[in-house]
Amino acid sequence: MNRITDRRMVVPNLHLLTVEAPEIARKVRPGQFVIVRPHDEGERIPLSVADWDAANGTLSLVFMEVGASTGALARLKAGDSLPTCVGPLGNATEIANFGTVLCVAGCYGIGSIFPVCRELKKAGNRVITVVEARSSYLIYWLKELAGVSSQIITVTRDGSLGAKGHVGVLADLLKGEPKVPDRVIVNGCTFLMARTSEATRGLGIPTVVNLNPIMIDGTGMCGVCRVTVAGRTRFACVDGPEFSGHEIDWKEFLARRKAYMDEEALFTRGSAPARPVHTEGKCHS
Amino acid sequence: MNPEEPRKEEPTKKLDLNRHEMPKQPPEVRRRNFNEVALGYTADLALDEAKRCMQCKKPRCVTGCPVEIDIPGFISYVVKGDFKGGIKKLKEKNCLPAVSGRVCPQEAQCESKCILKNKNGEIAIGRIERFLADWEAGQGEVDIPPRAKPTHKKVAVVGSGPAGITVAGDLVLLGHEVTIFEALHKAGGVLTYGIPEFRLPKSVVAREVDYVRRLGVNVVTDFVVGRTRSVEELLEEYDALFIGTGAGLPWFMNIAGENLNGVYSANEYLTRMNLMHGYLFPGSATPIKKHARVAVVGGGNVAMDSARTALRMGADEVYIVYRRSHAELPARLEESENAEEEGVVFKVLTLPTRYLGDENGWVREMECLRMELGEPDASGRRAPVEVKGSDFRVPVDAVVCAIGNSPNPLIPSTVSGLEVTKRGTLVADPETGKTTRDRIWAGGDIVTGAATVILAMGAGRKAARAIHAFLS
Repeated sequence: MNRITDRRMVVPNLHLLTVEAPEIARKVRPGQFVIVRPHDEGERIPLSVADWDAANGTLSLVFMEVGASTGALARLKAGDSLPTCVGPLGNATEIANFGTVLCVAGCYGIGSIFPVCRELKKAGNRVITVVEARSSYLIYWLKELAGVSSQIITVTRDGSLGAKGHVGVLADLLKGEPKVPDRVIVNGCTFLMARTSEATRGLGIPTVVNLNPIMIDGTGMCGVCRVTVAGRTRFACVDGPEFSGHEIDWKEFLARRKAYMDEEALFTRGSAPARPVHTEGKCHS
Repeated sequence: MNPEEPRKEEPTKKLDLNRHEMPKQPPEVRRRNFNEVALGYTADLALDEAKRCMQCKKPRCVTGCPVEIDIPGFISYVVKGDFKGGIKKLKEKNCLPAVSGRVCPQEAQCESKCILKNKNGEIAIGRIERFLADWEAGQGEVDIPPRAKPTHKKVAVVGSGPAGITVAGDLVLLGHEVTIFEALHKAGGVLTYGIPEFRLPKSVVAREVDYVRRLGVNVVTDFVVGRTRSVEELLEEYDALFIGTGAGLPWFMNIAGENLNGVYSANEYLTRMNLMHGYLFPGSATPIKKHARVAVVGGGNVAMDSARTALRMGADEVYIVYRRSHAELPARLEESENAEEEGVVFKVLTLPTRYLGDENGWVREMECLRMELGEPDASGRRAPVEVKGSDFRVPVDAVVCAIGNSPNPLIPSTVSGLEVTKRGTLVADPETGKTTRDRIWAGGDIVTGAATVILAMGAGRKAARAIHAFLS
């Protein structure tokens, strides 16, 4: 049993969960994830790790409330326990001195990019962090990110903070830069990862995405997380979750990601017609 | 006795020389529920069946048993009505009789050797075995055998399937401190996530896991060895380590459309249903799709389990798609017969070549080729050969790929000095389970490739003996 020490909503619909998991906190590296179950008969859901405290043995997880299971997670409070919190799973983000690294984050990824930026900075990189959201009120951890980045760029759909538009404006933003970044790392929703990869393809910048498909065991047993990378089927849980964004079959990935949208909606919407929270990777919550 | 009265049945029943059928749920009922299909012998049936045993001086059945259970021995107790003695005898060699009594392929092992096979039918050894195990469970808590005095030696067991449970149970009784590490949230391995409720009720598995816990084994779930802690780290704390991580990496055919939605590995399909209780959806949390036409690719027990699960989930049509003929089906005869009785349609001599999807990425059709049997191949079975130009399409909204599994590479790839075969299995001494690495033993599917529960259990037994010798 993993005791919860804190659970709070950081921005509407996004929650920060802090949970005791000393074995994992000792081991976890940026880019890895855990699988949790919110209650005894709960579904197994993968969540990226946003931060950890090895000394206190805790993990911080940022997640979006989208369906029954994340809804149940969002109802937990300090003192409750998770019956399952297993990991760390997946391969860690490659950390090295690349030169200049552009870290792009949105949604829950604003949390999980934080340790990536921190470790990259420690390794001597110039870290530029791009935070993208629909509106300024959905942006969090700017101060924390500023502490581990050389520069912060914000992009909002409504223009309420920073550049107006979506991450597709990246190409324009980079025009002002003296030299293109050596690497781009993206954490966030499928839409953000796909669009960023599209924007960087033309610029020829290696782009690493951290995939978040449906998973059950997270150890390579079920294969539900399979994704086509450079024409080859890979399991995101053990071969990933990080791959080159330029090599992913995004259309297939998106379709697989949405497979249980209607069933998830059963819980939250009762008999009303199911309306997905995400369509085409865009958030409608 | 008044001679005018009709003759009543004699008080001592005459011995029925024929093999006794085991009561089953009728097909039209069971095809829509998840309750166990075979209901087990009653005490009377078990007794009648046991009495048929000839108690051969040189029992051939024992030679057919991978763990050499004293079969006439335990049957002789049943004949005397001493069920307690019977289960004790059985457990000398088999610590999971309730499981093996249900899923062991007896027809290819012990029962195939029975001298009565060509007379009135072989003795139903598996059914008597199952009866004894269930009888014992019905008597309340099973007695805990005495434990040897503590040796203060620590053993780590990776995986809680049949091999791991056996090795742990044996070693704890010998006085060692044993911890099982299980990656999933529930122990039992393939018995829990793979084999469906209607063939092996999860309460039976839970009973076995509970038993090793009561023996004093520490069972840690949600712990992925190789991730949460490496084998190397465990070896710092433990004196010996046993790897029983099974064959859990699903194979796909690498044909077009295999990543469409609605195409599952059997592991995914069965894990959703069994481990995650998907068959209770929406009463359970893991979402399940309702499918109308399901094709299961493959002809083994896992394929049968998947097909029969699909029927029970309410599919209108379920197909077994198999590239060889009926005669080559690797599944137990009992299982393919059960499937057929329940209404699964067998499309044999059929090879899927690609899957076609709709605009939302869901599978809607499968394209197949007809096959014919040619010369025997390396496996000794006649090889399926494509019939040119015979391609045809079948509308489906789900496909379950049940063509096999290989060992999960997570552990072999993270430990240095462990020799691996090209099939991905670990190299281990067949008599002791000792791997090529110091202080590490292995057994079950990780060594043999996907095989049977009884073989895994037997390997666990041998490894326990070897580990004990090493620690003493």
